[in-house]
Amino acid sequence: MNRLCHPLRFGVVAVVAALAISSCSGSDGETLNVYSGRHYDIEKAFELYEKETGVNVKFLTGNDAALRERIEAEGADTEADAYITVDAGNLATAAADGLFQPLQSEILQNAIPAELSDPDGYWYALTIRARTIVYNTDLLDESDVPTTYEELAEPQWKGRICLRDSTNVYQQSLVASLIANLGEDEALRIVEGWADNATILNNDVLILESLADGLCEVGITNHYYLGRMLAEDPDMPVDLVWADQAGRGVHVNISGGGVTTHSKQPELARDFLEWLATDGQDVLVSANHEYPANPSVAPEPVISREFGTDFVRDPLDAATFGGLNADAVRLMDEAGYG
Amino acid sequence: MATAFRRRSGTAGWSLSSIIAALLVVVPVAMLASSILRPSPDVWAQQWRTRLPGELVTTAILLTGVAVGAVVLGVGLAWLVSAYEFRGVRTFGWMLILPFAMPSYILGFLTLSTFGRTGPIQDTWRSWFGPDAWFPEIESLTGAIVAFTLVLYPYVYLLARAALRDQAAGAYHAARTLGAGPSEAARRVVLPLVRPAIAAGAAIVMMETLTDFATVQYFGVDTVSVGVFRIWNGTYDRNAASEIATLVLGFALLAIGLERIGRGRARFGQSGGAAAGIERRTLTGWRSWAATAVCGGVVVAAFVGPVVQLLIWAVREQAGDRGTPLLDQYPGYLWNSLQLVFYTVLICTVVAVVVANARRFGGRRSTQLASRAIAVGYAVPGPVVGMGVILTMVAVDTGLEAAGLDLPGFVATGSLLVLVYAYTVRFLAPGLSAVESGVAQVPEEMTASARTLGATPLETARRVHLPLAKASLFSAAVLVGVDALKELPIVLLLRPLGFDTLPVWVYNLASESRYEQAALPALSIIVVALIPVFLLSRRLDGARR
Repeated sequence: MNRLCHPLRFGVVAVVAALAISSCSGSDGETLNVYSGRHYDIEKAFELYEKETGVNVKFLTGNDAALRERIEAEGADTEADAYITVDAGNLATAAADGLFQPLQSEILQNAIPAELSDPDGYWYALTIRARTIVYNTDLLDESDVPTTYEELAEPQWKGRICLRDSTNVYQQSLVASLIANLGEDEALRIVEGWADNATILNNDVLILESLADGLCEVGITNHYYLGRMLAEDPDMPVDLVWADQAGRGVHVNISGGGVTTHSKQPELARDFLEWLATDGQDVLVSANHEYPANPSVAPEPVISREFGTDFVRDPLDAATFGGLNADAVRLMDEAGYG
Repeated sequence: MATAFRRRSGTAGWSLSSIIAALLVVVPVAMLASSILRPSPDVWAQQWRTRLPGELVTTAILLTGVAVGAVVLGVGLAWLVSAYEFRGVRTFGWMLILPFAMPSYILGFLTLSTFGRTGPIQDTWRSWFGPDAWFPEIESLTGAIVAFTLVLYPYVYLLARAALRDQAAGAYHAARTLGAGPSEAARRVVLPLVRPAIAAGAAIVMMETLTDFATVQYFGVDTVSVGVFRIWNGTYDRNAASEIATLVLGFALLAIGLERIGRGRARFGQSGGAAAGIERRTLTGWRSWAATAVCGGVVVAAFVGPVVQLLIWAVREQAGDRGTPLLDQYPGYLWNSLQLVFYTVLICTVVAVVVANARRFGGRRSTQLASRAIAVGYAVPGPVVGMGVILTMVAVDTGLEAAGLDLPGFVATGSLLVLVYAYTVRFLAPGLSAVESGVAQVPEEMTASARTLGATPLETARRVHLPLAKASLFSAAVLVGVDALKELPIVLLLRPLGFDTLPVWVYNLASESRYEQAALPALSIIVVALIPVFLLSRRLDGARR
């Protein structure tokens, strides 16, 4: 036939064929499909699990809201067996949207403290990340460092602190915990004070670098970012104090997971979560300097040495502040917080 | 005569295909936009009282700033390398296209790590002039405008250079021969002729800026797109988020309107032989140095500098004891990226050719409308397109199941087919506008002659339009391909399990602030994007010689 139509037609046929082939590729052996809002270092845990059990773990990383929308949209057709993510708010929303099925697992119940899991067993925490107060050790003596989140709202800190912006889930959860513990009015007053005082930055690492450079004196970040930076540069002039040790304790957030409602192999998915909560804890938490959710597992050496393990955690359960996340976002809007 | 051939049979299929293509693009966006029919008055009231006014103003300033910056830089540089002779002019001719290969989210984190408050530049500055020394705020609206301008000006530059070469050169010479000075000829003859190209470039630049929600967050700039992101991710209210997203669509329509106005009513068919290019004036002395410095400065700031920084990071990362454990998965990521780009380019180009030709043959309102409706996909942020496609596929899936056709493999998401569909929805518009501009350059009379002489529409398209618009097909493929390679939010949302691409790899690391580890995949994206960019620049140069 003619010259131009040939390659075009060939192309169309090739596309259709290739799409057909790539969408029905399968594999043999047991395969567990995990959707994950955690992005870093999970591969190591997955690989170890494969080595130990022979179960092949396939995973899909992504933005949390997007993954939830996807599981919901896929409905009964979903490939996901487990959904693992960071932040209690994300887990609570997934449970509220009916994406998880309740788990009957003695292993998980024994391994993970009750306040770190859903009361009905829809999800369990796997790691702990503390959101606490960090400061420049050259500019401030430890005794002068504010010890509560509330103090940072006081006028003497104007222009001296760096905080995280309101699009961040950890900052949202921290504010949600203030709402739960202190009530809406008091939380609003604190966040307004922060907005007056702080330079708002868009990531925790930037906050820590600003502290190291002396651009701010005090900030609030997740502990593991500091752990990561201290592991590379132990002389960095930044340290943390555990917030509110005389009061309710430091706000801790979690990463965790559950088995999806429409999983075709819920037992396999449950086994995997049980492993992550026990034998897999070490490899899951260590590379990212997180604290294990399972109290019988020791944290890795850098944070054990630098930060210790002996601190009071805010006992507020994750499901509660997770459920207040949307209120926290609106409150930050009202307070004019970046 | 024009009406005579339009009324002939044989064009109905073209119109129909073009309307179907438009529908396929519009449906996913409409699925979300329809959320406005079930409004959430509480959210609107709350947003209007708090962030929304600020977000609207910021968005308007950002769009204006980037459009002005990209037009000034793009047109100015295009004129400089087309009309003057100075040191390195030929090298700069293609080097100035290079920033096109740089995804804005990569330049975003690079700019901040280099020039930001804790980067090496400001560190040095403070060590010289004391801790409180003034330095321009990088994490600001101005910083974002500069960064967007640097990555987006190539769109304007490319279109302006092509227009200068194809359309303006002859007229410029005529004006000069008739006694106009160089600047008068440039202002009164060249500028009106390249106006449509400038307008089209500015519109693309505004869309790219408008739909971004990642880069702006690096700079702490609160646009409407960031607002949508915050509502969707923070309050888990997808409906309200998509309602607010219709404001983004509003801005986009405004940008399209501005393009129509900016383009003016002029239509220029290219008749006569190929233009020889503008005769260059030789710059001497400081002018020559200044021209070299300006071009060099832009290339360094927008491309060479960032690439060097990435190289340093990548080498340090690989040399360090940590290494990149993902290195063994690298070929897979690269291959997935390439597959995705290939299918997207193929489908977008084919559909664009059909729609552009249908418009030429059909001339009916419906085909005109179809080609405009396709712009809608480019005018909404990636996550919105992604969600729209998910909702569409769910509807299709439910429909099929209701009809008793439960295809187990056909899940709502997670197939390459759906992913390529979403990419097509998003990137058909730039491909189409490139092909349309090519077809538009074929004089109407040629189409009419071919048709009166008995050629079918297919033959006319194949033997008249396509050979003449070949260059524009190539540009379309490059525009779509580079955009598809850099795309992030859609692939995050819709990709099949285990199907990770280079941008996904960058995202996974960058979202954990592990920028140094993200250097290698970031470099890979740039290197792959450079291939089409090189081909394109060789074409530009080849045509000039």
